[in-house]
Amino acid sequence: MADNRADTRVSMRTPLARVKGLGAAGHGVEHWWVHRVTAVANVPLIIAFVIIVASLAASPSYQDAIAIISHPLIAIILLLAVLSVVNHMRLGMQIIIEDYVHEKGYKIAALIANNFYAAIIGVACLYAILKVSLGRILV
Amino acid sequence: MAQFTLPKNSKYTEGKTWPKPAGASNVQEFRIYRWNPDDGANPRIDTYYVDRDDCGPMVLDALLWIKNNVDSTLVFRRSCREGICGSCAMNIMGGNTLACTLGIDDCASDSIKIYPLPHMPVLKDLVPDLTSFFAQHASIQPWLQTETAEPEKEWRQTPEERSKLDGLYECILCACCTTSCPSYWWNGDRFLGPAALLQAYRWLIDSRDEATGERLDNLHDPFRLYRCHTIMNCANTCPKGLNPAKAIAEVKKMMVARAV
Repeated sequence: MADNRADTRVSMRTPLARVKGLGAAGHGVEHWWVHRVTAVANVPLIIAFVIIVASLAASPSYQDAIAIISHPLIAIILLLAVLSVVNHMRLGMQIIIEDYVHEKGYKIAALIANNFYAAIIGVACLYAILKVSLGRILV
Repeated sequence: MAQFTLPKNSKYTEGKTWPKPAGASNVQEFRIYRWNPDDGANPRIDTYYVDRDDCGPMVLDALLWIKNNVDSTLVFRRSCREGICGSCAMNIMGGNTLACTLGIDDCASDSIKIYPLPHMPVLKDLVPDLTSFFAQHASIQPWLQTETAEPEKEWRQTPEERSKLDGLYECILCACCTTSCPSYWWNGDRFLGPAALLQAYRWLIDSRDEATGERLDNLHDPFRLYRCHTIMNCANTCPKGLNPAKAIAEVKKMMVARAV
């Protein structure tokens, strides 16, 4: 029988026992707080990111573009932007998965995939920025 | 996944159109959700006509008029008829409210649509099963908790401390807010919902209570508290004009205050 309730099996547990379930997890405030902190950090970082990307697009040559990213200040802003944005994305996507995905297997798989995706995207971006900016110094 | 369509056996069909009152000149149409657990049929929408000249001004008056004059099988909860008991909460014209405090004229519609509170199991017609809702309220332990020896008279409070309970103690637990909350629709088995969380804050902010830390521990959970995404349906729909969303935001601030 299709039903909107999460669990329709016959049970003689009291309603209070069902509501209390496994108890409070004892976390959640860190997730909420870091989500807000990265949101605040994203404002200046994304403005700077847009300006940097626009200047890259406007730069006359490949060498000029590399010179822009190699500037320590710009490289550090880009690294911070990646860390903040990717972490914010990971935390937000986790909330969406927890909201909408209820089947246990799908939910665990989606939560793991979300973490893997954020880690891969984040590390790839950090690697690219470091390679371009440090490459000029090391060569 | 969260369900975005009704299950097959919850899809409603066109129901019966009841006769118009004879000789009435001022008639209002009502379209009302009907479901009987005993007949095995899907829910249906019945059409009723109410003689406004013979009926009181509120939507609850119209429901009582229908039950008395047209169809005695129509089932709904009601008690105080003045917005203090919270029994007649239902979905009227797409919004959760109390049938007793909403005027028929305020609906401003040729056809007033009435459904039970959304996304709750229905017992019959306009009566939802609120067992879990009340268990969630009980789970936040809505009573004064102290360790200090009881004073000879009452626990004292300054007028300023007492004023912090204004906008919280007025809640009548009608469930309009909780059943209007999408987060509660998707995760109502784990998210406590706006009504229970407003009550939790009412005890968290009570200057006489000595269990503030334990109360916060009890709410510190990604689902119990943090499913609230400040959607604000609760504040929009509250028939008592309260703001559960703000109370929940205050609880989240207390969580940060003790962690940072």
